[in-house]
This record gives sequence, C-alpha cells and structure tokens, in this order.
Amino acid sequence: MRNPIGNLNKIFDSRIRMGVMSVLLVNDEVNFNDLKQLLELTDGNLASHLTNLEENGYIKVHKGFIGRKTNTTYSITKAGEKAFAEHIEALENMIKNVK
Amino acid sequence: MDSQNPSLDTLRDIKRIMERSSRFISLSGLSGLSAGICALAGAYIAHNWIEADYINGRGSGEIAHDLKNKLLSLAIIVLIASLGVSFYFTWNKAKKNNLPVWDHTSKKLLFNLLIPLAAGGFFVIGLLAHNEWRIVAPACLVFYGLALVNASKYTLTDIRYLGLMEIVLGLVNLYYAEYSLYFWAVGFGLLHIIYGLIMWWKYDKIKTDS
Repeated sequence: MRNPIGNLNKIFDSRIRMGVMSVLLVNDEVNFNDLKQLLELTDGNLASHLTNLEENGYIKVHKGFIGRKTNTTYSITKAGEKAFAEHIEALENMIKNVK
Repeated sequence: MDSQNPSLDTLRDIKRIMERSSRFISLSGLSGLSAGICALAGAYIAHNWIEADYINGRGSGEIAHDLKNKLLSLAIIVLIASLGVSFYFTWNKAKKNNLPVWDHTSKKLLFNLLIPLAAGGFFVIGLLAHNEWRIVAPACLVFYGLALVNASKYTLTDIRYLGLMEIVLGLVNLYYAEYSLYFWAVGFGLLHIIYGLIMWWKYDKIKTDS
C-alpha cells in the first residue's frame, strides 16, 4: 500500500503558508498589508513565511511604489498552483480513505 | 469546529480563506430590505403626486414640467437614502463579525458594480436630455440588473438571481411603459425586500442564533 501521507507537501503544513497559498490562488495579486489583514498576522511572522514560499518558487514578489511608499505585491507561480493543487488532492484522498 | 478529521478541517479552512479573500461577505440582508422600503415609500409619494397632477387636469399625455423636476429630485433623494441605510447595515454586520468594511474585496465589489451602473446613469441622463421619459424606468431596471450580475462574482452569489430578475422585469417593462411606476416599485421595492428577507434568513439570522 502507498504511503497515505506521501503526497502531502511539508511546506504547506504551516497554517500560515497554507493561508497565503489559499489567498493567492483566488486573487491575481495581493499586497503585503491585505495579506496581513486577511490572515490576521503580524509583520515579522508573515514576512518569514513569504520568504520561505518565494525560495521554494511557489510565489512571485513584485516590489513597486505607490507615490513614495513601497508597495510589495505577491502572486502565485505555475509551480505553486500545481504544488498546492496536489496538496489539496492529497488531503481529499485522505478523507476518502477514512470513509 | 474540531472534528476527528484534521484533513477535513484543513480543507474547510482553505475554502473559507479563499471565499473571504475574494468575496465581500458582509453584505447584509437588512441592507436590501431597507433599500426596498425606501424605494416603496418613494414610489408611493410619486404615485400620489402623479395622481394629483391628473386630477388637476394637466396630465393629458404630457407630464407637466414642474412634476418632472419634482419626480427627479425625489428619485435622487430615494437613491441617497437607500444607499445610506444599505451602507449602515452592511457596515454594522462587518463590525459585528470583526471584518474590515473597506478592504480589497469591497473595493473590487464596488468597482465592478459601478461599471454597468455608471453606464446606466449616463444612459438615463441621455434619455432625459432627449425627453425620452417612457423608457427611463426600463433602462434603470436593466442596467441595475446587469450591475448586480457583474458584482455577484465579488460578493454573495445570491445577488446574481436578483440581478437576473431585475433585467427580465426591465425588458418586460419596455412593452408596458404606462405602468412604469409599478414596475419600478416591484423591481426596486418588492424584489429588494424579498431578497433582503431571504438573505437575512440565510446568512444573518443563523449567526445571531449560534
């Protein structure tokens, strides 16, 4: 028998990273403050998880400006979409196996 | 919500975050209800004015100039009043649920609502400029319906059905222009009240119970 949790992606174990991916999957581009507000997080907490996701190639960072203020937005990459879809599928399969 | 199945909880969380981040869910049923009451009150006043105008013997096909202006001012007051009360109840609901009123979901909702609505507004102003009174009410209903259908992608999906009904009502109204005030009262008054009650029952009431 195959390992039932073999397809679960370790990176998405963290609820925060899972939350970020959920938001970015349904929104084209979201800035740092909106993400923070949506997931009810502090600056430092969110930033480290975003760096992690970026290093894994799951999200893209765009640094821009609104006037003189920095406006950093995030979007999901093709690889990120694929990885997250597989993660969700693995979760669904686990539920089916329980039933 | 701690069931024995952590995978199911995670999936539920993912779904909830996706919905909350892409749709404005604080739209209150009471907003629809109160907007509908404003519209009905406005239609009732307008009906009385038009009736009085007929009794004075001036209403022989052409509506008197001062009555037109009075009706136009009334329509603007009704619009402002219904926007005001709708905003109040929605703001209230967002506050109760600890959700922001002005975030990127409400911005997207407003923007997409305003595209067909602004087009409709300018269209109606154009009709008035050409003295085309007969199709003002159908145009209001159709454009408002289109605005709701467009906005339904960014909020509770139920307003899509309200939008479709407004469009149908507006199109039927085109062929019965003499009953425009009734169509207007049904579209902006009655439908809003029914929709508001259903939404309140479906989303708001359950929350206050639990």
